[in-house]
Amino acid sequence: MTISEERQAPGRHRADRVAEPSEPTLTPSSHNNGLLEVFRRRYLLRLLVRSTVQARYQGTVLGWIWSYVQPGVRFCMYYFVFQILIGRGGTEVYPFAIHLICGMVLVHFFTETFNGGTRSLVSNRSLIVKLPVPRELFPVATMLVAFWHTMPMVVITLGASLILGWTPSLVGIAAGMLGLAIIGVLGLALSLLFSVANVFFRDFSKVTQTLTQFTTFSVPMIYPYSLVEDRFSRIPWVADVYLLNPVAEAVLLMQRCFWVPLTRDPEAALVEQMPADLVSRGLVMLALSLVGLALAQVWFSKLERRVPERL
Amino acid sequence: MSTVIRAESVTKAFTMQYHRSLKQIALAKMRGMKTHDRFNAVDEVSFTVQQGESVGLMGLNGSGKSTLLKLVSGVMQPDSGQLLTRGRVAGLIATGAGFQPEVSGRDNLWLNAAILGMSEAETRRKMEEILDFADLGKFIDTPVVYYSSGMKARLGFAVAINVEADIFIADEALAVGDRPFKRKCKERMREIRENGTTIFFVSHSPGAVKQMCDRVLVLEKGKLGFDGDVEDGISYLHYDEGEDGDDDEGLGSDD
Repeated sequence: MTISEERQAPGRHRADRVAEPSEPTLTPSSHNNGLLEVFRRRYLLRLLVRSTVQARYQGTVLGWIWSYVQPGVRFCMYYFVFQILIGRGGTEVYPFAIHLICGMVLVHFFTETFNGGTRSLVSNRSLIVKLPVPRELFPVATMLVAFWHTMPMVVITLGASLILGWTPSLVGIAAGMLGLAIIGVLGLALSLLFSVANVFFRDFSKVTQTLTQFTTFSVPMIYPYSLVEDRFSRIPWVADVYLLNPVAEAVLLMQRCFWVPLTRDPEAALVEQMPADLVSRGLVMLALSLVGLALAQVWFSKLERRVPERL
Repeated sequence: MSTVIRAESVTKAFTMQYHRSLKQIALAKMRGMKTHDRFNAVDEVSFTVQQGESVGLMGLNGSGKSTLLKLVSGVMQPDSGQLLTRGRVAGLIATGAGFQPEVSGRDNLWLNAAILGMSEAETRRKMEEILDFADLGKFIDTPVVYYSSGMKARLGFAVAINVEADIFIADEALAVGDRPFKRKCKERMREIRENGTTIFFVSHSPGAVKQMCDRVLVLEKGKLGFDGDVEDGISYLHYDEGEDGDDDEGLGSDD
């Protein structure tokens, strides 16, 4: 019986097990398998995510409906202010509301993962200092909870797009999923990096808060990507640098999914409003984010052993 | 008989940080004061525990008992040396840690069981026993935030004490709850012991240790000062002098 089987069913047949020659061997009491350990204990992860989600709307009458009401109202407000009042976007960025919400979805997912993930170790202090749970569990759970709360916004985007006459395309949907995947992996990598740093210096949660404030403006959401290209047409590398931001890349992918097909001339929008090789750029970004996640895990494992005493 | 815990010159050092902010550190450096210090909370401790043994861990406050327990349970890793265990380590440690106040008692039981390492099937199998043990009646389906402290403690205990462990560790006075609940806890502990589970028990109460354990380890400033017979260990600590009849750590005097 291996250790992992043993964990599944300890003591079940204590009497016969003593006689068995192949009982579990002596192993170091603390495990350090990183994210693999989180995957192995996915049942705990599921319960943790579920109870966190439940806790958010506990005591409310409308319950989960709130997760649709809030982003829905925000979307209507933005739509009214930017599209009707200011007339932002005009014909060029039409329909601006969809352009905007594509950005909002991913910015929300990213900031919630990054902010919450950074604080996750400190806020679960009582558990971490007393019970042997894989510490990566908490940033991962934060990312999944953020994803859960992002889904209603995706549904609203989908609904609004369908009303405006959106027809799905395979490339578009793939692009949208790629965008979500980039944010998930990147957000988790940054959470691992910052959560453990935040244990040693609580300054890091402030750093995260400061950084995430830039997110809204560093992505093409309240302005179109073409604006960056136009304004800096003399210094072309500005747009190149701009596109190095994985969040901006992900937002563009999301817009490729919902917004581009809804523009007056999707063919032209693809050329004028989107960078060339959007999807392959996205794939590279995802690969880089995965590399970042691996590096973050190495860093996390290195510092993790000092976490219980510094919390 | 097989070895279930083996500690080989286990050492755990802690860094004491006297100052946190840049300003404080700069001032301390200017004045030539130390900004941090290191000390060994657990210092070159070696011992082995055989299956079925019931070991009491004693020592004054700050002698490193809790740190050693955390090394055994796997919360901390030794800086040097090795600490090996066999099978699942669980027990009465941090009962109730990780409760989500807004979620019902029942959901918290499931979550807590998972935190303690129980699988879904195992929890399902044990759920009735746990609910029965907690004996919270209708309150089991209300959010934990409305629980009294005693109810919360019972909930935590009910899960922790019903986890099937190969090494059962207890780091808490068993004096939670009212008298009937205390008696139930004691009863259950006795069952665990009679099942042949290895017990690692931290206590200040000589009475409880005498009743529960057949061997005592005494820690002194992180070092293992004594390892052997219960009576000798208690007199080594001078805990047998003076009156100790009134210590009520639940397991001891109260029978």
